[in-house]
Amino acid sequence: MMQITCPHCGPRAQSEFIYERTVDSVVPLDAAPEQAMATLFARTNPRGVDEEIWRHTYGCRAWLIMTRHRVTNEISAARAVGPEALP
Amino acid sequence: MSGPMRDPKGATISFTFDGKTYQARAGDTLAAALLANGIGLVGRSFKYHRPRGIMTAGIEEPNALVTVGDGGRAEPNTRATDVFVYDGLIARSQNRWPNLSFDVGAVFSLAAPMLGAGFYYKTFFGSAKRWMFYEYFIRKAAGLGNAPTKADPDKFSQRAAFCDVLVVGAGPAGLQAALEQAEAGKRVILVEQDAILGASLIRDPQKLDAAWVAATATRIRAAGGRILTRTTASGYWEHDLVTLTQRLAEPGEAPSSGVTQRLWHVRAGQVILATGSIERPMAFAHNDRPGVMLSQAARTYVRRFGVLPGKRVVIATNNDDAYMTAQALKEAGAEIVAILDARPEFSDAASGAVSAGLPVWANAVPSSVTGARHCLSGVTALIDGQSKSWKADLIAVSGGFTPVVHLHMQAGGTLDWNEAAQAFVPAASRQNVSTIGGAANPDPVFPVTPVSNPKKSFIDFQNDVSLADVDLAWAEGYRSVEHLKRYTTLGMATDQGKLSNMAALGRLAEKQGVSIPEAGLTTFRPPYTPVSMGAIAGAGAKNAGAHVRRLALYDVHAAKNPIGQPLGYWFRPRAYPQGQETLAQAALREAKAVRTGVGMTDVSTLAKFEVSGPDAAAFLDIICATTVSKLAVGRGRYTFMLREDGIVFDDGTVWRLDENRYLLTSSTGGADRMATHISYVRQYLCPQLKVSAVNVQEHYAGIAIAGPKAKPVMDALMKADAPRHMSTVPSDIAGVPVIVLAASYSGERAFEVYVEASKAASVWAACEAEVTAQGGCLYGLEAMEFLRIEKGHLVVGGEVDGRMTPMDLALDKMLNKAGGYVGATGLSRPALSEPGRRQLVGLEAISGDIPEGAMLITQKGASPEGHVSAAAFRILEGGSVALGQLKDGFSRHGEELIASSPTRGQEARVRVVHPHFYDTAGERYRD
Repeated sequence: MMQITCPHCGPRAQSEFIYERTVDSVVPLDAAPEQAMATLFARTNPRGVDEEIWRHTYGCRAWLIMTRHRVTNEISAARAVGPEALP
Repeated sequence: MSGPMRDPKGATISFTFDGKTYQARAGDTLAAALLANGIGLVGRSFKYHRPRGIMTAGIEEPNALVTVGDGGRAEPNTRATDVFVYDGLIARSQNRWPNLSFDVGAVFSLAAPMLGAGFYYKTFFGSAKRWMFYEYFIRKAAGLGNAPTKADPDKFSQRAAFCDVLVVGAGPAGLQAALEQAEAGKRVILVEQDAILGASLIRDPQKLDAAWVAATATRIRAAGGRILTRTTASGYWEHDLVTLTQRLAEPGEAPSSGVTQRLWHVRAGQVILATGSIERPMAFAHNDRPGVMLSQAARTYVRRFGVLPGKRVVIATNNDDAYMTAQALKEAGAEIVAILDARPEFSDAASGAVSAGLPVWANAVPSSVTGARHCLSGVTALIDGQSKSWKADLIAVSGGFTPVVHLHMQAGGTLDWNEAAQAFVPAASRQNVSTIGGAANPDPVFPVTPVSNPKKSFIDFQNDVSLADVDLAWAEGYRSVEHLKRYTTLGMATDQGKLSNMAALGRLAEKQGVSIPEAGLTTFRPPYTPVSMGAIAGAGAKNAGAHVRRLALYDVHAAKNPIGQPLGYWFRPRAYPQGQETLAQAALREAKAVRTGVGMTDVSTLAKFEVSGPDAAAFLDIICATTVSKLAVGRGRYTFMLREDGIVFDDGTVWRLDENRYLLTSSTGGADRMATHISYVRQYLCPQLKVSAVNVQEHYAGIAIAGPKAKPVMDALMKADAPRHMSTVPSDIAGVPVIVLAASYSGERAFEVYVEASKAASVWAACEAEVTAQGGCLYGLEAMEFLRIEKGHLVVGGEVDGRMTPMDLALDKMLNKAGGYVGATGLSRPALSEPGRRQLVGLEAISGDIPEGAMLITQKGASPEGHVSAAAFRILEGGSVALGQLKDGFSRHGEELIASSPTRGQEARVRVVHPHFYDTAGERYRD
């Protein structure tokens, strides 16, 4: 079980979080059909660092983008997204 | 000799083995007690039913597996070396019939040439019949203990802990490390799988005595350290999380606290592994016989338990450590008839033994042992190539030491090959873990190549794998060590190759003509030792795994004794039978009341979201595939939601309560998924919108009132004109503020009343009084199914099954032409508009009742072209109808098909029709 540092709550056990999807799996609302198809059906699956969307479900409920190495589980960054995180 | 050993004058306790009562001393392991009672034969082997005894004194024991305890407490495959005797312990041997010393299954031993490596896989070839034949006997004959059939009466608990330093293993290295860290101010947890501290110091107290162990433990505790005994670090996970399995009671023992085991989740700043090493056996013919014991184990039985495992002893070694065993056994009164040292030259230890008058032979390896009555009777060795034999009742062997690197490897570490020790030792790690003591620096040994009959030279005792099986796997083309493991089953079961892996690797490397490190290693996975499923379940065992949510109106329903049905997290009334009514009779009566008069039901579990803010309409236009922004205040409409790939995943209604405030409802079962989706769109996809989306599912209770008389009921309740179809007004009923929506799932004029859950009872009571006054009644989920199927309304999880597009469900006319919603782009993919898709249809029975879940076929034996998603009876007219999905169904109305359910053994002839069986024009909604 990983330890994830929530930008709001600090280091917490993975059991407080839920994995949602990879960042590159998101279909933007204005995606062209070809782009949407590629995103839906031809995703990358890197053996290495990837960006993932997680939620701190049993904590502050924030949505996070986490940079995680998919082999070593090293988490190099976890940042919050959402209205509060807008510039 | 001093040390924490068995007190021969201590209190005796009694235990039974295979029904016979024996005496033991407190502190004995079951293995020690059995040996003390002269019992050498403890079990039968997995495949060949060979007699097996006690080989080790620790968790690595492959042979002495017993079932301990009775009833729900029975624990099969317990290592006799890893259970401490308590008064009344019940132990039974395994894998034998009718009894241990006369085992019918031992005939398998005669068939050994047929049962070699991969035997099981080979039975798959040829006819299936042949395999079925073999499988029956394999299942009966092979195996370990039987799982208990009764529920475990005891509790398992879990605990989370944090520390700066976790030290695993309380031998000299672990104790010293824990002491230093604790006295340096670190929060320390020290765990030891044994019941007492000291590990190797228990059998070799001359190095550091019991007093040092006790004093060190006292100092660790005084510095704030926590010491857990009978606790095994069984798994090393990500980010220095280590799971510990703590035994609060011995296997089969009634725990004093009610809790038998505790699973710890320890997040450590740093982990120090002082896990020591496990002695290796040697490969020679019949090396699995009772009386063949590891050298350190023999020493442990003498020094710790005061039990002499043999009187005439041969010692076989490739290192110096075994000379301490010779010393210990000799001191205890055994005759050392020979020390076989594989090394060509005498070491200092060997010379010392010679001076002490012990018969030491250099360049000597055991080649076979003989036995009588399941016990050892003689040992034959090759000395400088010459054969020589002795009479003996014990051979204590030491084939070197395998460092316990399991946790280091689970943590993602790498290994180095230590040539002098012929062993893998921990190298780099990607977590904050280090290894100290014997696990990092194993004693040097001399490499030994087995010399004897490979068929009877076992390397994996628990799985009956011999050197010949490794050779066979090699001959049949299995080159990788991972393949070797799976083909021969080597390294599996409770000991997970703790004794066998290195021997197998050595043989494989020899075959390949490479060095051992080049041959590779199998993966180390948790758990290090077996963990009870109960410990993993913890407090979630039995019925505590899922929480029970009660409806706000639970008590109101319970008083009426409804038939219940789980729906989502809830238990909802399925029907309210009167007198002797069956479910079907009650549901039909309730549905008729709705069609002809009025009925009411609890719809509190529907998902509900309150969406507000200046961008609320824009937000809902993204969530919903229908246009929401054009709704007038006080109006509502049916809507549905798509996944990104254009598939419908939920449906519901959306209501404009105020200028910038909406209520969205969706299905009960999909509530969590919808909450996540809304949160995703809000937080991730469109964070710039000025909108708030609040999950009000459990804030509001919901009451639906439906039927031709629903309008007068609502007028009376509201003391005002009830809203027209698809309109909403705030109101109050019985003095409680409510939201009234005019929406219909049943197909009749209908209303939904939403009220703050805590105030729902009085509103329900007022509604029920009014409904009853109009001659109506309550209805449950079953009646609701009848009503909605007849009306052709969809249910999420039924017709909306994660494969259907809006086109397939004939909803496409409602799609927001402007697009911009989630799934709009996905809908444009060509595959969704190709012919051959399954489409929503109605089905009318021509003969028979339509079975739910049936496949739709054109004739017997044809491929299915669709299926029945929901079936019911026409409420007033009678007759079986259903909704289904059919390939190109829209263009097949009028066609006759067979709805066949082979699993239910039911069949009906059906006609494909429009899915709205009732009031197709929708006139009954309106006044």
